[in-house]
Amino acid sequence: MVKKLIDSGEAVGIVAAQSLGEPGTQMTMRTFHYAGVAEQVPTGLPRLIELVDARREPAQPLTDIYLIPRYVKDKKKNEEVAIALEHVSLSDVCTVTENFVRKELRIKVDLKFAQSKGITVKNIISMLRLQLDKIGKIKSKRDQILLHVDTTYAKLRKITLKVKAVSLKGVKGLNRATVVHSEKTGEYFIRAGGFNMHDVKKVDDLDYGRLYSNNVREIEKHFGIEAARNAMLKEIKQVMDLQGLLVDVRHLMLISDAMCARGSVEPVGRHGLSGRKSSVLARAAFEETVKHLVNASIEGQEDPLNGVTENIIIGQTVKLGTGKVRLVMR
Amino acid sequence: MMATHKTKVHKEKTTRAVVFLNGLYMGFHENGDELVKEVIAKRRTGELTSNLNISYQPSTGEIHINTSGGRIRRPYIVVKNGKPLLTKEHIEKLKSNELAWNDLLAKGIIENLDAEEEGSLSLIAMTEDELTPGHTHLEIDNSSITGVVVSTFPYSDHNSSPRLTMASSMTKQSLGLYSVNFNYRQDSRGHVQFYPQAPLVQTSSYKALNFDKRPAGQNFVVAVMSYYGYNMSDALVINKNSIDRALGRSVFYKTYETEERRYPGGQKDKLMAPTPNIVGYREEELYKNLDEDGIILPEVSIKPRDVLIGKVSPPRFMEEVATFGITEEKRRENSVTAKGGDYGIVDSVMLSESLAGNKLVKVKLRSLKVPELGDKFASRHGQKGVLGYLCPQEDLPFTASGIVPDLMVNPHAIPSRTTAGHIIEMLGGKVGCMSGRNINGTMFSGEKEEDLRAELKKYGFEETGEEILYDGITGAKLKAKIFIGVIYYQRLHHLVSNKIHVRSRGPVQLLTHQPTEGKAREGGLRFGEMERDCLIGYGASQVIKERLLEQSDKTVALVCANCGSLGVHDYVKRRDYCPVCKGTRMERIEMSYAFKLLLDEIKSLGIFPRLKLGEKGK
Repeated sequence: MVKKLIDSGEAVGIVAAQSLGEPGTQMTMRTFHYAGVAEQVPTGLPRLIELVDARREPAQPLTDIYLIPRYVKDKKKNEEVAIALEHVSLSDVCTVTENFVRKELRIKVDLKFAQSKGITVKNIISMLRLQLDKIGKIKSKRDQILLHVDTTYAKLRKITLKVKAVSLKGVKGLNRATVVHSEKTGEYFIRAGGFNMHDVKKVDDLDYGRLYSNNVREIEKHFGIEAARNAMLKEIKQVMDLQGLLVDVRHLMLISDAMCARGSVEPVGRHGLSGRKSSVLARAAFEETVKHLVNASIEGQEDPLNGVTENIIIGQTVKLGTGKVRLVMR
Repeated sequence: MMATHKTKVHKEKTTRAVVFLNGLYMGFHENGDELVKEVIAKRRTGELTSNLNISYQPSTGEIHINTSGGRIRRPYIVVKNGKPLLTKEHIEKLKSNELAWNDLLAKGIIENLDAEEEGSLSLIAMTEDELTPGHTHLEIDNSSITGVVVSTFPYSDHNSSPRLTMASSMTKQSLGLYSVNFNYRQDSRGHVQFYPQAPLVQTSSYKALNFDKRPAGQNFVVAVMSYYGYNMSDALVINKNSIDRALGRSVFYKTYETEERRYPGGQKDKLMAPTPNIVGYREEELYKNLDEDGIILPEVSIKPRDVLIGKVSPPRFMEEVATFGITEEKRRENSVTAKGGDYGIVDSVMLSESLAGNKLVKVKLRSLKVPELGDKFASRHGQKGVLGYLCPQEDLPFTASGIVPDLMVNPHAIPSRTTAGHIIEMLGGKVGCMSGRNINGTMFSGEKEEDLRAELKKYGFEETGEEILYDGITGAKLKAKIFIGVIYYQRLHHLVSNKIHVRSRGPVQLLTHQPTEGKAREGGLRFGEMERDCLIGYGASQVIKERLLEQSDKTVALVCANCGSLGVHDYVKRRDYCPVCKGTRMERIEMSYAFKLLLDEIKSLGIFPRLKLGEKGK
């Protein structure tokens, strides 16, 4: 093990950046060639950029939910849970029209569609009562619900929006929950669009330890930084594998580690890694030169010249590789 | 009642049209179709200008009439009732010069359409057989889908379009006979090829454009085979003896010019051989070929830095106004010298007058450009390559009849680029050589590949175009049959001798003290950020320091040990001191000049940077 360790003074960061950056340039050429194909989940360069930027929400967020071992191979149970999870809001099954003269909202329910989602008019009325605090009289007739609201016109519109957003069923933020069969393990799991771990956690029979999302920030929030680091690694690796690009995992590990080293997931770039370098000169050399210089002068900062960039700027040997060692006179 | 109302609205929409002239709103016309018909008829009779085009979109009810410049237009034969207006009689008259193109335009037999009219009002047939009463125009020739340059390429219907694009842009770079009066011209740069040839395989538009009178290329005997490693990756192997027989040879002309300028204040340049008392006088050696008038003599051999036109100018700034009337003015050397890499012979010297009425001199330099390693060649099919090896003829393979190829192109260049036209032109060239005629390779309508193969057979060759070759070195038969033929190759104007550039030491920029950039300034090649990253990745810190400091902008600055600011040296008192704290304990510190500049810029921001000095090596 000791033999396999990286030597002291080896420029692992640069090598990792080059190892990820070189195939990245090739991806630019390839991914944009898929133009026109209906994209399910962004892969390739757009996804990679999304990851290293540590976006708060990916373009296509996904949540993978595994059930407890007892049900994990039970397709039926999985489907049941999936239907229960899928979020349905009022505007999904109803059309809402405003009547400003009578100051009422007419909610027309698409009965067929609602039935397929297991929702009845009664459900809707009870959810309306539950989720709206101030509520007028509710009258219902077959597929119509009349909601009387006694306010100003401007407020009526606001209430309409609120009514439309009333959630009827499922976990908020999750849509299109489908059951996926894993050929390798023979297990079933639920893949849902969106994310909302806070509420998903409360679902019965789910294996909390295997809950996963492609939103690294969400994982950080619920499972902590170590899990986020592993998720980041997994996601980057997945992008590279999908493109058939061979990059040693250790480079990806280093990048994931660097992004998570400060206790939260930080992007690579101005607002993250490069913007938080300890050296003033190194930061000024990257972006927003004047900002860094001025701030440093206000605080009277001192640059100990330990990094690579700083030493190149002033014209010294860098403390790296052959520049790491020194002769000492006795 | 409702129904009639609706149809009325509908009818109005289709017939009533908004009329725009050159994009400006003009008004309404009650019947769009009628207006269009009338305008087109008037254009054909010559009542309206033939530069006019009209378009009508019934869906939007807009008629656009355009007469402005900048529209791309294309000629078509006008068709009436399914019959083209251009008849055999017209063609006979055209042949006997009784009719000209413009007559056909004036008669409305041929008209130019722009993109809008073609798209909205026309139905164009490609061939006469396709014509129906509905057609409005007939294409003159189906090869007219290409532009001028591509239309001169043979068998371009067998090539992929990107290759045609590349071929057409490369053809524009080919050397040939660009002008017949080149000897009297003073172009700033010009190439003229020795013995240019018209291609064996031509197209109808090639002849129509009279390109065969100003050809730009030569017919090469080409073998499609590898030759050791020398034609890998689009390199070419060329027969050295063919080059010695002037294959691909050209001459390069370059003109230097200057004029005797007048300056405010009555001062004037003077064309003369500078004398040693003139500021900036160079070595005497450089002036030795100047004539009495200060201009170089024709047929003199020139090397870089030689003075071509001696010129003396007044000083750049007005200095010391003469106190005792007329003092002799210090004058400045301002001669025109040959630039780096310009070897040659003075071809001609021209004396004239500039627009401002000043004396104007142009010196034309001539240099022979024999093809050498790295020079660029291309066929007319987007197949370009650089010369990789000049092979002696005795080492090249030969056919049973003793033919030795001029050029060998690597077979890997063909399949992935799908330039079948290249292969067919080689076949055609071979047939042309044997039959002593030009082959018609016009796209879509040229001589068929099968016919060429059949004719080749008639002359005793294999119809595949392959032949048995013998190794020039061992004399043994080559195991594979080699495809060999004749094809037109162009020498392109990217010549190594005009691009070669080296630097070990040289000029630096005034501002940064870093080496200059570019060949003209004798500059270095940039060691950029990514190159720097590679050295860091390798851990070669001493190499980085050498590249980025020692060989770039190293300076020694005085740093105050007390306050850390940059100091100055007082030459009078012979001591260093700090202008900020007046301290005298100064250290000489090695740093990049760029860093010194950075410190200055930071100071200009109102920030005081201090350098804290430490022990060396710690």
